[in-house]
Order: sequence, then C-alpha cells, then structure tokens
Amino acid sequence: MTHRIAVSSKREDSRARSYLHRLKTVFPAVALSSVATSSVYTIEAKLSPKELERLAQRLANPLTEQYSIGDIPAPENFAYAIDIGYLPGVTDNVGKTARETIEDCLGRRFAKGESVYSSLFLFLSGNISKNDAEAMARELHNPLIERASIYAAGSDFKMVVARVLLHEHTAVDEVNLDTDDAELSRIGKEGIANADGTRRGPLSLSLKQLNVIRDYFRKQKRKPTDIELEALAQAWSEHCKHTIFADPLDEVQEGIYRRYIKGATQKIRKQKGKKDFCVSVFTDNSGAIAFDDEYLVTHKVETHNSPSALDPFGGSVTAIVGVNRDTLGFGLGAKPIANVYGFCVADPNDAITLYRDKAKTQELLPARRILEGVVNGINAGGNQSGIPTPLGFVAVDPSYRGKPLIYGGTIGLLPRTVLGKKMYEKCAKIGDYIVMVGGRVGADGIHGATFSSESLSGGSPATAVQIGDPITQKKLSDAIIREARGLGLYSSITDNGAGGLSGAVGEMAKESGGCEVDLAKVPLKYPGLAPWQIWLSESQERMTLAVPKKKWPVLKKIFDRHDVEATRIGTFTNSGKCIVKSGKKKVMDIELAFLHDGRPVEIQKSKKPKGRTLGISKGRTLGDSELRDMILKILARPNIGSTSFISQQYDYEVQGNSVTKPLQGKGRVNSDSAVLQPVPNSPRGIVLAHGYAPWYSEVDTYKMAAASIDTAIRNAICAGASRDYLAILDNFCWSSSNTPERLYELKEAARACFDVAVAYGTPFISGKDSMFNDFSGYTEAGNLIKISAMPTLLISAIGVIPDVTKAMTIDFKNAGDSIYLVGETNDELGASEYFAMLGDKTGNIVPTVDAKKNAKVYDALSRAIGGKGHPYKLENVRMSGCVVSAISVGRGGLVVALAKSAIAGQLGASVSLKNLQGNAKSADAILFSESQGRMLVSVRPESKSAFEKTYQGLTLMEIGTVAGNRVSIELPMSRIEATVSELTSAYHSFFSSWGGSASGGKNS
Amino acid sequence: MKKPHIIIFSGYGLNTEDETKSAFEIAGATADIVHINDIIARPAILAKAQIVVFPGGFSYGDDTGSGKAYANRIKQHLGDALQKFLARDTLAIGICNGFQIITSAGILPGALISNDSARYICRWVDVDVSGNSPWLSGIKTISIPIAHGEGKYYAPAETLAKLKSENAIALRYVEGETSKHFALPANPNGSLENIAGITGYNGRVLGLMPHPERAVRFTQLPHWTNLRESYLRQGDTLSTEGPGLQIFKNAVKYFS
Repeated sequence: MTHRIAVSSKREDSRARSYLHRLKTVFPAVALSSVATSSVYTIEAKLSPKELERLAQRLANPLTEQYSIGDIPAPENFAYAIDIGYLPGVTDNVGKTARETIEDCLGRRFAKGESVYSSLFLFLSGNISKNDAEAMARELHNPLIERASIYAAGSDFKMVVARVLLHEHTAVDEVNLDTDDAELSRIGKEGIANADGTRRGPLSLSLKQLNVIRDYFRKQKRKPTDIELEALAQAWSEHCKHTIFADPLDEVQEGIYRRYIKGATQKIRKQKGKKDFCVSVFTDNSGAIAFDDEYLVTHKVETHNSPSALDPFGGSVTAIVGVNRDTLGFGLGAKPIANVYGFCVADPNDAITLYRDKAKTQELLPARRILEGVVNGINAGGNQSGIPTPLGFVAVDPSYRGKPLIYGGTIGLLPRTVLGKKMYEKCAKIGDYIVMVGGRVGADGIHGATFSSESLSGGSPATAVQIGDPITQKKLSDAIIREARGLGLYSSITDNGAGGLSGAVGEMAKESGGCEVDLAKVPLKYPGLAPWQIWLSESQERMTLAVPKKKWPVLKKIFDRHDVEATRIGTFTNSGKCIVKSGKKKVMDIELAFLHDGRPVEIQKSKKPKGRTLGISKGRTLGDSELRDMILKILARPNIGSTSFISQQYDYEVQGNSVTKPLQGKGRVNSDSAVLQPVPNSPRGIVLAHGYAPWYSEVDTYKMAAASIDTAIRNAICAGASRDYLAILDNFCWSSSNTPERLYELKEAARACFDVAVAYGTPFISGKDSMFNDFSGYTEAGNLIKISAMPTLLISAIGVIPDVTKAMTIDFKNAGDSIYLVGETNDELGASEYFAMLGDKTGNIVPTVDAKKNAKVYDALSRAIGGKGHPYKLENVRMSGCVVSAISVGRGGLVVALAKSAIAGQLGASVSLKNLQGNAKSADAILFSESQGRMLVSVRPESKSAFEKTYQGLTLMEIGTVAGNRVSIELPMSRIEATVSELTSAYHSFFSSWGGSASGGKNS
Repeated sequence: MKKPHIIIFSGYGLNTEDETKSAFEIAGATADIVHINDIIARPAILAKAQIVVFPGGFSYGDDTGSGKAYANRIKQHLGDALQKFLARDTLAIGICNGFQIITSAGILPGALISNDSARYICRWVDVDVSGNSPWLSGIKTISIPIAHGEGKYYAPAETLAKLKSENAIALRYVEGETSKHFALPANPNGSLENIAGITGYNGRVLGLMPHPERAVRFTQLPHWTNLRESYLRQGDTLSTEGPGLQIFKNAVKYFS
C-alpha cells in the first residue's frame, strides 16, 4: 500500500520565503507573488489508518506545523505546483530519517520492499505561465538526480514511488579477450559488451594493458570474468595508481612522484635528522606528523571534480565526507578535527550556456548553480558531521567552467599509542574477518575510479553520482573513535572510497597476503545488482575492518548499539590471491601480485610547448583617480573579495578548537590561515594555510608551483608558524595529461616542488592528483568547445606551534603602530589579478621565488611573532613578540594586503611606497605586482627596534603607520587615498547578494 | 568538593559531547558520554545522575525538522524516566540541537524554527541574563557563539506570557561586546523578543541556542588577538578563561 503524509508550516515559512527570493532573483520578469511549501513523505508500507495518524503526528511539530494524510493541502489560487523528489536509487536522507522515526514509533522494522520517499511540493502563485513553471522547475532541480512533476491548479497530485527496479542480469559473464585489437580497444574505452550490444561503461584500460591481461588469463587457461576485468581496471586506474606520476617520464626513470615529491621528503627528513617530525608519509590514507609526545596530527586533501560538475551538491558532500574517511581510515582511526575546502569555479555571473551533447539535450549546469551547489554540499557534509571548517578559498577563472575543481581536506588527531599498541600502524592478519561497516551497497558511483579519468559524458543517474549521508558516517565514526578503537577490536581499517570493496579489500589483502570474500553476504540497498557491481560500487559511508575472530562478537555489539550495520563478508588469508565468490560460485580468482603490480609501465614523453608571447609586461601609466578606481575594483573581484557568506555558514566553532577564525578582525576579512588548539589541556596549536597560483600556469608552471608553495608557507608563517615545524601537501589538478605539452608542464611543476620544498625544508606528507579536468561539449550555436582547467596546484601547509596564545591575525589593531614591508617588490605583473582585471594581455613575467632569500625573512618573522621563545603567558604579556598584525602579500599585490589589514582592523594607514626595495618602478607594478616572499606587518612603536633587530641584514622597510580612517598611499609620481569604509564596501561587494556580509563598514 | 554525576546524551548525529565534557572537566567535574540506546536499554542510569545534558549537533541530520527525530526517540522510550529525573532536585541543559530536542520532546515550551535568513549561521552573540536559574547565577551578560540554521524561538502568545510571568525567559540577544566589535545585528535569527534561551522547572532546566561550551578559554573569543594587544598596552593581566565557563561552574557548584 502506498500512503502519503504532507507536512507544512502553520506559521511564516522562511523556507518558502527563501524560494520566493531565489525565483524572483532568477526570473525577474515573471509575476510570481508567493511560494508555499510542503514536505511530503510517500510511504510504501502496510499501515493501519490509526498507525498512519500516529506517524503523521510524529512527523509534524504541533506548535508550528500541520499535517495531512493522503491529499496535499494547497494554498488558494495557486497557479502551479512543482513536486521535486529523488530519482530511484539516489540517496534520500530525509526519507531515511522519516523511515527510522516510523519504525521506532511502530516498534517494528519495515519489511523487504517497504520504504519512505521524501519530496518537496512548491506552490507558485501569481500570473505564471506553464513555461514559467517549467523554467522554475528546471532551476530548482537537477535532472541527473531528481525528478520534477509540474501540476496546474485543479489537477491531481500523483503519488510517485522512487523504488529501484533493476532488470539487469545478475549472472557473471566471461569476457573474450582473444579478439582483435580494435575490439580490445573498444572494451577499454566503452566497456564490456552486454548481451544486447550496449556497453557497461569505460574501463579506461589501454590496449597495452588489455594485452597484458589477456596474456595473464591465457596462462590461466581461461577467460576472465567481468568482475575480474572490472577489478583490474579499477586497481590499475590513473585514479588509484597515479600512473602519470608513477611511470617513467623522459629521463626520469623512477617517475616524477618518486623523484620530485617523495624524493624531496626523503632528502628533507634526512637533513632534519633528530628534528624530523614526519611519522607516516605517503603510505596510509593521510599523512601524519608528530603533534606532541602523546598525539599525531594527520592531514589529507582530496578533489571531487567530475561528480561535482554533474551534481555539485552531492559531489561536494561526497568530497568532504569522503576525505573524512581518509582520516578515520588513517592508522587505526584518527578523529577528524577540522575540514578545509577550495572551490575553483567560473564566475557565477557567467551566463554562457553549454551542452554536453551535440543535440543540446544535456545542459551543463550554469556557473552560479555549480557554486551554490558546492557551497551547500560542504555545508551539509561538514556541519552535520560536527567537524569545524576554519579555512577555505574560492578561485575564479573561466577555465573552470567545464569542470570545477572541488577540494576538500581533513585534519585528524590520533593518540600515538592505545593499550601499548601503535595507533599509526596496522596490519590485517591471516584469519581476520573482513567486516564491512556503515551504509549499504547500491549502484552508486560505479565506475567512479575509471570515470574520473575520462571527460564528462551523460550516463545513468543512479550510477553516475553518489550523495553522501553524513549522519550514517557520524554514527560509524562514533562507534569507531569513541569505542572500538580504544578496545583494540580490529587489526586494520580502511576507507571504501574509489573502487568500493574492490579497492578497500584489495589494498588490505596486501597486509595479510590474500583474501576471500562472499558477495552474497554484502547487504544491498535493493535487489538486482550483479556481482561486479557489488564489488565496484562506491556507495558512501562504508569502511572495511580486519577483525580477529575472537573480537568479532564484541565489535558487532558495539556497532549494533550505535545502530550501524556491520557485516562479515569474508576472511583475510595468505593465499597470495584475491578470491571472490557469489554464494558458492567463485567469480574472481586473481593473484594479488598481478592485481596490484601487473600493470605494464607506460613510457611517457614530454614536449616543451611552443614559446608563448603573451604581450605586455611593463606597467602602464595611470592617473591618480584611475589608480584609485583600480584599487576599489580589484577588491570587488571574486578572487580577492570577501567570501564571508561561505565562511559564516560553515560551523568553525564546533569541537571548541578554533583559535583564529576564518573571518578576522572587525571588518571580517577572510584569512588564508587558521590556528587550532586540538587538545584542550595542551597549549600547543596547529597552523593551517593554503597556497595556489594557477594563473601563472599560463606562463610557466615551474613558477606557478613555486609560488603556490611559497604562498602556503608565507600564509602559515604570518599566522605564527615556523619553517622548522611545517609540512605541506600537494594536490595537482591537471588537464589533458596525456599530451606531451601538458606532461612537460607537469614535469616542470614537479621539479619546482622538489626545489622549493627542499630549500624551505618543508616535507610533503601527502598528495593527490586529478589529471583530466577537461570538458568537451557544444555551445548554444552548436559549435564544439573544449575547456580545460588551468594546471592548478593546491599546496596545503600544516604546522605545529608550541603555544596558541602567540597566534597572529591580519588586522591592524592600533593607530600609531608602524607598518613594515618584508621582501622585495619586483615588476612581476604577468598573469596577475591586475592584468586579468584589465582584460587585455596576460603579460609574461610572473613572480619568481627566491626560496633561499625568503627563508631568512620568514624565519625572522617567526622569531618576531614568537617572542623570546618563552611560553607566552597572558599574565605576563611583555614576554610576547613585537608583531601586532601580519598578512602575507598575495593575489592582487601589496595594495590588496594593505587594504585587507585596514579593512580587518577598521583602521586606516598612511604609507609611502616611493622607495621600495626591488625593481618595481611604475605605480601599478608597485601596487599590484604579486612578487612572492613579501609580508606586511604592523609593530608596536616601542617594539620597533627589537623588530628591526631580528631583520638585520634582511629585506625590510618601514613604509608608514596605522592611522585614522583612510588609507593614503604615496607613490613615486602621485598620491592616492581612499576611506576605510570605501575599501570595506568594495571588499564585501561581490557576493553581497549571496547572503554575504551585510555588515562591515559600519564601524568606520 | 562533592562532584555531581553528569550524563551527556550521545548518538545519531549529536556532536558536541566532547567539548561539553571538557567544559565540565575544567569546571572541576567529570561527565559520562552515554549513547541514547544505552540509556534506553538501562533507563535506571538516569536515576543516579544529577545533571543531564542534551548537547548540540545534528541529530538525524535534522532531516525531518531540527531535533524532531531524536525527540521522537526520547518520547517513545524515555518519557517516564526523564520525568522522574526532573522530578528530583536535578539540573538539565539543552544546547542548540539539544534545545531543539527538548522543546520538541515537550520538556520546555515553544519551538525553534528556521532563521529569518533561511541560512545556517556561525558567529558570536551577546546575551543578557535574567531570572534565577542556578545555571546562570552571577552572570549578567555573556558573549558566546551560535551555529545553527533553525534557531528562531517561537511560542504562542499565551506561552510567552506564561514564560514572562515565571521569569523564565533567561537569555535575550542584545547588542554587546562582540556584536559591536564586528558590527553585526544583535539578534542573529529573528527570534521572538530576542529570545536566546529559556528555563523550566524553576530554572533547573535551561535550553539555549548559543554554545557556552565553545567559550571556555580566552583564546576561543573571536577578537582575542585584539584584546591581547589592548591588555598588553594597558599592562593588564588577562584571564585565561572564557565567558561560557561560568555556566558549567554554576552547575557543578549547585551540588557541592
């Protein structure tokens, strides 16, 4: 029986008001007068009328809501109703919670096939045409994951049951690889053929790889099964094996990862000797460094680009809850203590329409909806998980229009030992049960690992995209971190991420030397899945544990109490094989050595791209008023201006570990760093910072990578970190990485990673890459268009400081303080925000990093902030350092850093930039050049000499003082001035209509 | 000093148990974090407790309305046990999601509905204290953070009148130190009569949207680096404590 309960607000309904606001903004010409909403639960279950009444009472708050059973009460005189629900198989968290409430209330579990489906009714009133209603429905739903039903007033509202009906055949097929090269290539590109001739989706296996697989099975004297081929494709994918970084490139025989990334870390660790703080690098799901004698701190950053392009909300929820599992899956389970994010997107005001297909039926989501979606996704994923989000950024460029780059990172805390056992080591033992915990398996995200190596295409909605369920994961996390971990109930743990069970069990099997799994035991969301789908599914919120037989009953009980499913699905062995059965039938039997190391090496060759001439590099001559306009204009650009609407909708206070906030100072300026105090009774702190400079890739990827590292380090130093306790993470997002030119650029960037990291002594502890951020589609006019994301390297810095009370913020704090500029200002306007704003040429001189020189000035600032090295006692503040504020000079140049400190402090400044050190001579180069290695610092007048002393022999210049409520700048030929309030409103302007800062500027 | 036995509810997406426990520890007590299913299995443990905490979080993702599903679970299984607990001379507190839960479960009157902005917001607020709740003794105004999407307090006129006559509107958003510093509106969510928290059971039960457990150290304040600088110049010494700690100290003291 299908029932329906509708719940709507009895009072003012701010959800409805927010929809009205959104629709009026997007459709200004439509005479929409009001919107009303109703939450609808469609229940497929056997229920008596009495039970139904009781359930409805539970689902509505009697004070503020009303319910209706069967029909959906509509407001009088509405024109159209839109009902938005999920497509079959898409994660429906609201439906799931309603089901749990219903089951609890009834005192019985639902029978097989019984379920609850949620949907949202919107009633639109006003003078609206059917076309308008359809356009609004398109704005409000994503056809890849949702359906929208539109009803004119007077028509019946149908009950829609989103039950999954799979008519697929669930037998295991053999695949014939003894065929010609053309067919083999086709299998690699389009997938295994079904009986009806359709294909199952790309394996992303090359002909060379398929030949190796064919030869392997020839030796076994049998044909591979579909699940074996799929498992190999997953295990060998670029996503899982990082083949481009691993395989030989030109003269770099060991691959660029081993030489430049891992090589840098090895060299630095050796140089650091006893001061080496690395504990577990590159081997586990996150990288770990020592925090103190008791704890380790972990960090990992991931991207989730392709799924976020299709479903920005689901994609970014999955990005963040997925990387949370890389923390839970580090060692024997670290506790996530902070999330970070980065959104590389196109200008949300970009109005260009693009399509994925030539027939123009599959429209790419508009840039605005991609940003809205990814922002909401991290909101849901982070806030619901109870993990603070103290740091993030937005970078805007047209090259991110095809595929956005969505970064999510998580910092974790792990005791070094529990019960005398090292928590950062793990090993599945022979005979341990293979236990899957968390959510159930559906067709979600199948081919995710291989899909991310391909460019965007249409596909079956239930399989292309996963949506995270943060609460299931939180329950799972509580069971592990609060209970199971401390009792030593499992010998190994890992995350089910890319490749699902295939990836997780396959990896863990290396520890014991083999595994045997029975897929018939895996709990499924719905029937009808073939063994290969169960093995490869990327359904979220799952982890795999290796559990000693004796410990299993205790562990199972813990998960039961936490209401988390835990299922024995097999045993770890030392057979040297990965054996998978489906019931009694063996469906996979591959040697582990072949599965993991059988992949043939690809020899890669790079080629230097033809020299680029990108036009002007010399600054132009601008008049005073023009320069003033430029300053206000650059502050209003999305790459520079406030993203407070994001920062303030992410909980950065949960867990109580926040020390410096994402929005700093009275004027609430976004910071590029954050300081945490993870252990309440220890004064030690963690400094987080990010650095990115993808725009420089247009000219030189070596300099791009160098600037990214330099920026991350500089941001961390300004927050109080020091170079001797600072590690970094690399996240490469490249495009068209199979072309020799892109490979050349990649090699250059990797080379810079080695050079700069070694020069600074900051080891890489973890990294990840995403190599095909390309989009190929069609314009409105039907023309083929290819958009490739600029080669982008995100560097995340993580450092430990002895005392959080020394942490530094960016805001000017007192009139009369002296302002110093650290570092040289050179004429390096190439690919700068300033040139992007002028919109004509890129220029060809991008900033060069002189790491040796910069290291000295960074160390001096660390000393100046840190004081005399004594623990900083608030009772004795005179022991403190002499720095009052510090900000790193980055995107937008010196004038932007100056403006940010002024806006943050709501205090003006009077500075002279006439005789800066460095070769920048023109006014615009002085103001806007993005030369690296610079920091802007304010210092208490009585501490000036102490401060200058720490900088003896280094590049330092006093440029003026903090003063009044205007910023005035002396330049060689001119003088410009703006009030703090003007700067503040420019800074907060770009996203102000996004629920951004209504404040700021009110202070001045 | 005699220490009270404190139980902090856990499970299904509540998430501020650890910092709440830590706040009680700084205040000199110890607290047990207990999964609701364990309390349902052995409701008798409530009979030994002096303080019960419904902490913040996102129980059941707030999918069907904030706090509603967790409150349903309480109503279904723990209604009697909690009534017995509250009939004794005990204390209870519901913080943020915990406040939403205890209103939804009928322990305190009213409801928390969506912020006027229809957006989740994290920031600091300033609240004025009135009434005579043991949780709040000695506190006049206090700056603490909020983080919620559904924090607007609503109650029908007769309930509001009753709350007023009982002096039970304990916390009201006011323009104070942090809202002035950051030039933010005093009332962050459109709450009726600026209500940030109410009490019941003669002040023994406190429900509030702000998070005092996130304001127990000086370095948690949103403007502490600025304060550090001005204290330094004045030659003042600073407290290492944050303003929220007093609430936990008060509760512990109530039983000593």
